[in-house]
Amino acid sequence: MSAVLKSGIPELVWPRADFTQVPFAVHVDPGLFDLEQDRIFRGRTWNYVGLEAEIPNPGDFVTNYIGATSVVLSRGEDGALHVFVNRCAHRGAAVVRRKRGHADTHTCIYHQWSYDVAGNLLGVPYRRGINGNGGYPKDFRPEEHSLEKLRVESYRGVVFATFAHDMEPLTDYMGEPVRQRFDALCSRPIKVVGYQRQLIKGNWKLYVENLKDCYHGALLHGFNSKFGMFRTSQRGSTVMAQNGLHCVLTTYGTKDEKVGNTYAKIDTFKPQFQLEAPEVVAFFEEHADGMVSTVLSMFPTFVLAQISNHLGFRHIIPKSVDEFELVWINFEYADESAEHSQSRRVQGNLLGPGGYLSMEDAEALEIAHAAIQGDLGRGHAFVEMGGRGDCGDQEHLVTEVPIRAFWKGYCDLMGFAVAAA
Amino acid sequence: MNTASNTAAATSLVSAELERRVVDLNFRYARCLDEARLSEWPDFFSDECRYLLHSRENLDQGLEGYWLYFENKRMLRDRVVSLLEVNIYHIHYERRFVSNVMVTGRDGDCWLARSNYMMMNTDNEGHSRIFSVGEYRDRIVDEGGVLRLRERLVVVDTFTVESHISMPI
Repeated sequence: MSAVLKSGIPELVWPRADFTQVPFAVHVDPGLFDLEQDRIFRGRTWNYVGLEAEIPNPGDFVTNYIGATSVVLSRGEDGALHVFVNRCAHRGAAVVRRKRGHADTHTCIYHQWSYDVAGNLLGVPYRRGINGNGGYPKDFRPEEHSLEKLRVESYRGVVFATFAHDMEPLTDYMGEPVRQRFDALCSRPIKVVGYQRQLIKGNWKLYVENLKDCYHGALLHGFNSKFGMFRTSQRGSTVMAQNGLHCVLTTYGTKDEKVGNTYAKIDTFKPQFQLEAPEVVAFFEEHADGMVSTVLSMFPTFVLAQISNHLGFRHIIPKSVDEFELVWINFEYADESAEHSQSRRVQGNLLGPGGYLSMEDAEALEIAHAAIQGDLGRGHAFVEMGGRGDCGDQEHLVTEVPIRAFWKGYCDLMGFAVAAA
Repeated sequence: MNTASNTAAATSLVSAELERRVVDLNFRYARCLDEARLSEWPDFFSDECRYLLHSRENLDQGLEGYWLYFENKRMLRDRVVSLLEVNIYHIHYERRFVSNVMVTGRDGDCWLARSNYMMMNTDNEGHSRIFSVGEYRDRIVDEGGVLRLRERLVVVDTFTVESHISMPI
């Protein structure tokens, strides 16, 4: 295989046709980071930008990132959603400096170019000059200097944007399995409970792999096995969409399952440790199909997950080839009972940067990212749990097949060649 | 000296003594954790207690999504067992620096106190970095001469965490 070259034209050939080998170069080559901005984040993808619940009123805004590009999501007078690149059309300064807020217009502090909430340029100082001096040429047309606008769509209150204005509709991009999970988890109006952020020294795709990896769940995260929460043997499935780029993992704990309800009967599988405060893992059933957890990862960087009764979105923000920010946007339902709200709050101890079930991921990704440095274009990961060949949907959790499915979709989107079988 | 200034002096003395004891509580708490005596951590709290880790970002928006929400001592002891026996996290040393300690008032049987903290981590290759900066907002009870935390609300200014959170702040 020829590797991505740090200083040359990126040319990556995947070593195996069934994606059982993942070249480490894909996580460490700086040239690839720039190429991803172009082909993924500014390409044909729908990207998470925020929640309608964060901007209920006209003029409300939040800033976010699509890949490395800063964008603003705001609501117009008519309630319409707008997304524009947060970069002044004049000299490139960030127009919106606050993370969130309310404003009728956005004015760049540098030279006071002023924009409306849709990103249209309203006016510039000294357009006609001062006392006959300076000013813009007569052919200066404000309408040609708006902020770069994206196409926006919202599904069940979750807002996505794309740089590709001729992109397929959002629900087509999601595909049936992803849309169904949105329907199941976002059927009622949601309320943001809080944000958690962590900066992880690793390539963003290491986390994408982690989200599709059922294999590590009970091995890395000792809380699962030692307190009896999750077993690799329990009933579960993985369904893919969008050429393997999206993936929905689900585990079930139905009443007729031989080993018992995963959470409610934790004593049936003899955990090594007992919690003094078992309310942290006290599960109340919410889904008729017996689902106890689901992790939906929608390419490129969006996650919707319910783990036990903890509800949250996650957003991966790539910062460089070596670092990404992971944002947890935890939510509950606006019409929640006090009892369920309290239960979700206590179960919040399970997730996030310091959560019992999640703190290990950052450590695992960081030691992986550190260990694959300096091996550009040679080493590769070995991904054969669950077999070789076909990368279809899975009816169990003892598998890494969804990781292979992801890399296939990634190679197609990036235009990378794949070795003959 | 007149009576008024005597009273003021007495109040000031009590205050100074109380603040010294609150400083002492903070220093003992920091040293205990810096020396990785994690299993002693719950002893700094009264039997009825709360330990809340809250980000400045959420606090400023009036959101109640605590990063860690321990509402009784059993939860503190579970955290200790989980960290010592179950969870995996970065290998490092810790140093906590507590300053600007102030007793700010009294509510029922609790003294209210606030202080700044900075926590630095040193990794196993010897690199030190600021891990977290913020404020302790405490409710403190005097239990027979020993001050204990009824509630420690840790307001984390560093609301984007370096890597992950393991040990208590």
